[in-house]
Amino acid sequence: MIENLKDPAILFFIIGLLAGIVKSDLKLPEAIYEIISIYLLLSIGLKGGVQLAESNLSSLIIPAVGTIFIGITIPVVAYIILRRIGKFNRADSAAIAAHYGSVSAVTFAVVLIYLDRIGVKHEEFTTVLLVLLEIPAIAVGIFIARVRASKTQVSYGKLFHEVLFGKSVYLLLTGLIAGYILGPEGVKPVKIVFSDPFKGVLTFFLLEMGLVASRRLSDLRKAGSFLILFGMIMPLISGLFGTLVGYYTGLSIGGTTVLATLAASASYIAAPAAMRIAVPEANPTYYLTASLVITFPFNLIVGIPIYYWMSVIIH
Amino acid sequence: MQKKLVTIITESILEQMIVDDLKKIGAKGYTILEARGSGAHGTRSADWGQNQNIQIEVICNDLTAQQIIEHCQKNYYSNYAMVIFTTDIQVLRSDKF
Repeated sequence: MIENLKDPAILFFIIGLLAGIVKSDLKLPEAIYEIISIYLLLSIGLKGGVQLAESNLSSLIIPAVGTIFIGITIPVVAYIILRRIGKFNRADSAAIAAHYGSVSAVTFAVVLIYLDRIGVKHEEFTTVLLVLLEIPAIAVGIFIARVRASKTQVSYGKLFHEVLFGKSVYLLLTGLIAGYILGPEGVKPVKIVFSDPFKGVLTFFLLEMGLVASRRLSDLRKAGSFLILFGMIMPLISGLFGTLVGYYTGLSIGGTTVLATLAASASYIAAPAAMRIAVPEANPTYYLTASLVITFPFNLIVGIPIYYWMSVIIH
Repeated sequence: MQKKLVTIITESILEQMIVDDLKKIGAKGYTILEARGSGAHGTRSADWGQNQNIQIEVICNDLTAQQIIEHCQKNYYSNYAMVIFTTDIQVLRSDKF
């Protein structure tokens, strides 16, 4: 775990976090955040598509079914925990649950780099699992929210548009398709932009994430101790569940680690936007604080090595 | 010529919905600005996507202004960060608004 801190991306996240804590005037222009997140999503999609073009698609089916199963189960489990034990109201429980079902693409990128560093191989189609986990989890979260919680009128057209064509799903999906069409030869000319600087750009992005998280640190008090605990225990539960599904659907140690990390990660791009429209009664402070300030750093620093360890043990 | 300027400051996620509403109500045009600030919902510092505000400005007649305010009050006030105010203004080309 201490070894994990030697990763530049994680160190930069901590540097960003510290800058906020010591009230440094460091601030990246908002346009940088926008452009880097677009770059990262597109690069992840493109890389996944190229790998998909080289892999055997039939081997994808069983893990894909397992992944969708995870995407449906986690929000339900999270909802029950938040509602029964956490005593959150229905709207807040449903909105937070959707965030934990959905995934964080940056956490995904970090686990790939982690596996790369320790020299563990993983299946080529993990990016497909990322996209597969994103959509059903948000859909289930919205379903729970609409059935159990929200009384306000909502435009379903606008909502589905947000889920399917919101920037994160759109960029991942189209990047994946573009990568698949282009194949390894086709992407060679753009490799110098989309592939080679990826780790550096990701590291830079994590500096910004650290800053954003640090500005929300004061919200921890509003979130309360239950949500803080939930933000660390829920990823462990989902991570264990992801490990089991990964193992029983025949993924390798590396693939299982990726799936466990995906299951454990919480969304902070797609889910907040969808939930703000789907469950306007839910307080954004709760779900943003839980996913961004607690679960994201938790997974980055301690979660990923734990999921790797779980995967090694079960294999 | 006397007109109303309706100013709506709210979460950027509502942009498309409000623009659709404005067209339905009959506003002939609008201007949208990115905004930052602080208020009942804490600091909205626009440092990332979920924390952005917009300011929508609409020049219209009294009746449309009233309809916009009532519509927003009914649909958005309870759950979203939103401030609306109106100003009496003078315009040169009255038929344009």
